[in-house]
Amino acid sequence: MRMDLIQPFINSADAVLAQGLESPISIENLSMEEEAYRRKGVAAEVFLTGEIEGRIIFDVDLGTAAQLASRLAGVEVSEADDDLVREAVCELANQIIGNSITTLNDQGFHFHVRPPTLHTSEQGSKSSEDTEALVMCFNTSSGNVFMNVALRYNRRRAVERAVVAG
Amino acid sequence: MEKFVPVKRSEDGQPVRYLIVDDSVFARKNLARMVETFGGQVVGEAGDGVSAISEYERLTPDIVLMDITMPQMEGIEAAEKIVRDHPNARIVMVSSVGYQENIVAALQRGARHFVQKPVKPEVLYEVIKYVMRDDGTTVHGAGAGAGA
Repeated sequence: MRMDLIQPFINSADAVLAQGLESPISIENLSMEEEAYRRKGVAAEVFLTGEIEGRIIFDVDLGTAAQLASRLAGVEVSEADDDLVREAVCELANQIIGNSITTLNDQGFHFHVRPPTLHTSEQGSKSSEDTEALVMCFNTSSGNVFMNVALRYNRRRAVERAVVAG
Repeated sequence: MEKFVPVKRSEDGQPVRYLIVDDSVFARKNLARMVETFGGQVVGEAGDGVSAISEYERLTPDIVLMDITMPQMEGIEAAEKIVRDHPNARIVMVSSVGYQENIVAALQRGARHFVQKPVKPEVLYEVIKYVMRDDGTTVHGAGAGAGA
């Protein structure tokens, strides 16, 4: 996996979480995922298509999700408030992905992103050779946030775009 | 949350009326809470571009805070349609996707300003004051910046 594609997501997660939670963030663990993805708690998934293709999943346990929602909203959000907790995780994913896309687009990569959706199944597909998944654990003051990134550079799309551009 | 000197409409001294458009309920609630600290009044919310257009027609708000990436119709297209029918509409794009092409496209199609998420209240406050200045809007109270 190309690290120049991944680095903007790491930087963006770090910046957005630090700003939202008003506390420093550290990356506790970084590993390649060899088995199929298994959901840990509340998970939001974002798909990218274009010169960069794949998906990113943000995954947090329910207690952490409620704490994140409370910190980001500035009011107490209970674990029982399912909708708001899920919305908070999706919005967090949206902000992190959006900021990463801004960086990648300004670097010349062109692709489209769909709004985050909740990843509700317990398990996801196993990574393949060209879309292996990198899993990062961000340690925050509200708990751990896992980011699971499976992306690949689509050279064919880039060539097609260059041809169209003349 | 920080306290701000209220921004009011110059014509009648009433609170600035906002329409908040975002597919995330969480984001809408956060923005609503933020503009209320600016002394604003949220008169409506919408979760996509199509609803944004109909809510604008129905409510004629002073300012629209509009997300970009949304289902059905994206924010830039909705902004363009609103401004086509209401050239004086004040639309501020609020999105996490802030690359140059996007910002230029939004401004070319009639948006007045662009704020990148995560939104800092002090940044949005300054943008609101800037966008409302053609209304002759003054910030009521002492000083023009964020209060203590």
